[in-house]
Amino acid sequence: MEKIFQKFALSSATLVFIILLGIFITLFNAARPAISEFGLNFIGDSAWNKEVPLTTPEATTQKSLAPTTVSDTDDETVDENDFGDSSDDMIMDDEEETPTKTIYGGLVPLVGTILSTLIALLFAMPIAMGISVFLAEIAPKKIASFVGGAIELLAAIPSIIFGMWGLYYFAPIVADLFGGFQVSLLTAGLVLGVMILPFMAAITRDSMNTTPDILKESAYALGATKFEVIKDIIFPFSKVGIIGSVILSLGRALGETMAVAFLIGSIFQLPNKITDPTITIPVALANNFGEASGLGMSSLFYLALILFIMSFALISVAKFYFLRKAN
Amino acid sequence: MKRLLINKIVLALSTISALIGLAFLAWILVTLFMKGLGSFHFSLFLNDLIDNGLRNLIIGQFILAGIASLIGIPLGMVAGIYIREYGQGRYANLIRNLSDIMMSAPSIVIGAFVYAVVVVPTGHTSGFAGSIALAIMMIPIVIGTTDSMLSLVPKELREAGIALGASKYKVIFDIVIKSAKVGIMTGILLAFARIVGETAPLLFTSQTSNYFTLDLTHAFPSLSVSIYDLASDVQTSSRDLAWAASFILTVMVLVINLTGKFIIRNKK
Repeated sequence: MEKIFQKFALSSATLVFIILLGIFITLFNAARPAISEFGLNFIGDSAWNKEVPLTTPEATTQKSLAPTTVSDTDDETVDENDFGDSSDDMIMDDEEETPTKTIYGGLVPLVGTILSTLIALLFAMPIAMGISVFLAEIAPKKIASFVGGAIELLAAIPSIIFGMWGLYYFAPIVADLFGGFQVSLLTAGLVLGVMILPFMAAITRDSMNTTPDILKESAYALGATKFEVIKDIIFPFSKVGIIGSVILSLGRALGETMAVAFLIGSIFQLPNKITDPTITIPVALANNFGEASGLGMSSLFYLALILFIMSFALISVAKFYFLRKAN
Repeated sequence: MKRLLINKIVLALSTISALIGLAFLAWILVTLFMKGLGSFHFSLFLNDLIDNGLRNLIIGQFILAGIASLIGIPLGMVAGIYIREYGQGRYANLIRNLSDIMMSAPSIVIGAFVYAVVVVPTGHTSGFAGSIALAIMMIPIVIGTTDSMLSLVPKELREAGIALGASKYKVIFDIVIKSAKVGIMTGILLAFARIVGETAPLLFTSQTSNYFTLDLTHAFPSLSVSIYDLASDVQTSSRDLAWAASFILTVMVLVINLTGKFIIRNKK
């Protein structure tokens, strides 16, 4: 019995490893067609589901001279009469008689993800710092426990609720104040900020609480004000931990789907202004997974892989560098 | 004087931050109550979505999260026990860190993963696929709770058990887990509250259904996924239903969450 249980326990623990590895391999596998088609250019390309001439620019000029050579990427020479049975990715453009293919690029969702996360960070960080200072240093114990509990409750609310509230109640006010669209990078980023606020405040407070009381008391004994103790004792002491907490919150914000899906506008277009609609990687997945097929599907998996690697990297850095150093 | 003034200003700003946090919570909850109660009706619990009710969705959401718990809780607990009680240094630490990373993995990516390994091979969305996605989200949370609750059990208890001649397995189950029981159960309750409100991992795994069904091999009714569909609908009646559904979902999640926290506080 002892041996059996131990084996079972070991395999359960190993399951974590297998699942993570499985996610990576599966995403990579499913993304492979897109990876081999677009390579790393995928990251820098802002087109999504866009039909472009199959030929390269040089080949197009050649085409007028030699209409039968269609592509240099395709091995077989396609005869003009055979276009009827060309594959899905090659669609005939009737007017110009140029064969086209559909290309996918991940730049727009990638930029959307990064910008909305940054907006969330800029909005949430000062408030979260304020809250954690309030909870750790200012409020009497009873009030701190009430306020802390309430803020934690904010974290328990399902993200889809943030989305609905954000779209119908928060976004109109933001749009009134800043102009532009109600669904935009700005409104999505701000709601994202509200969502990571409790998480950020809680772990920042935990970092601040690691400051030894004796240090604080010594400073108070020297006549320091509360602000001076916070600025000169607590912040320097828990700085590394706080940075780690902020990065960890960033990792959370990167992958948030539902709240952003309501608010980002979901169009594959780079934003010119902060109040323009765009799209993020999670939202691109959520909204297009159902209808996608072929190369489009594979490109979505490519996006998922990029997101997974980004969040993996961020969390690892936070955990293994900053938070370990802090302890 | 200046120092005291700066001190006052900073403390005031910090208090205002706390008030901003509370204001957001109040704003969201009040909105939910007003809009949700406005379109709330007890017939919502009796009819299925096809007849403008939510019965099948509420039951479906609980079944999805319930099956996820049946998979996730035992696996997570046993893995947590391994890390704390059996694990030897490096490997246990590696799993602990990976579990932390997995806990923060984007839920939509987990949905995409389950789509690729379950939905594509079986050919269609299913309740099972949804439950598996939720279970993957739950496992690292349960591992974390089990791990930290077991770490609170004093070493002397284990030593006493072993000194009496009990096998390690017996010590773990009869002594260590028993004394950490309340903590672990609370953690599990909070983990359940976390996954029962999830939407993203279910979008293309379980999807949702307008009808009542217990058949886990096909698209399965989900309250959260239906909220997303209804809320984006142009018809105001659908949106009203979405608000009522959001209200119910939030109450469910918060009640479970607060119950867990209440138990923790009472224990202390």
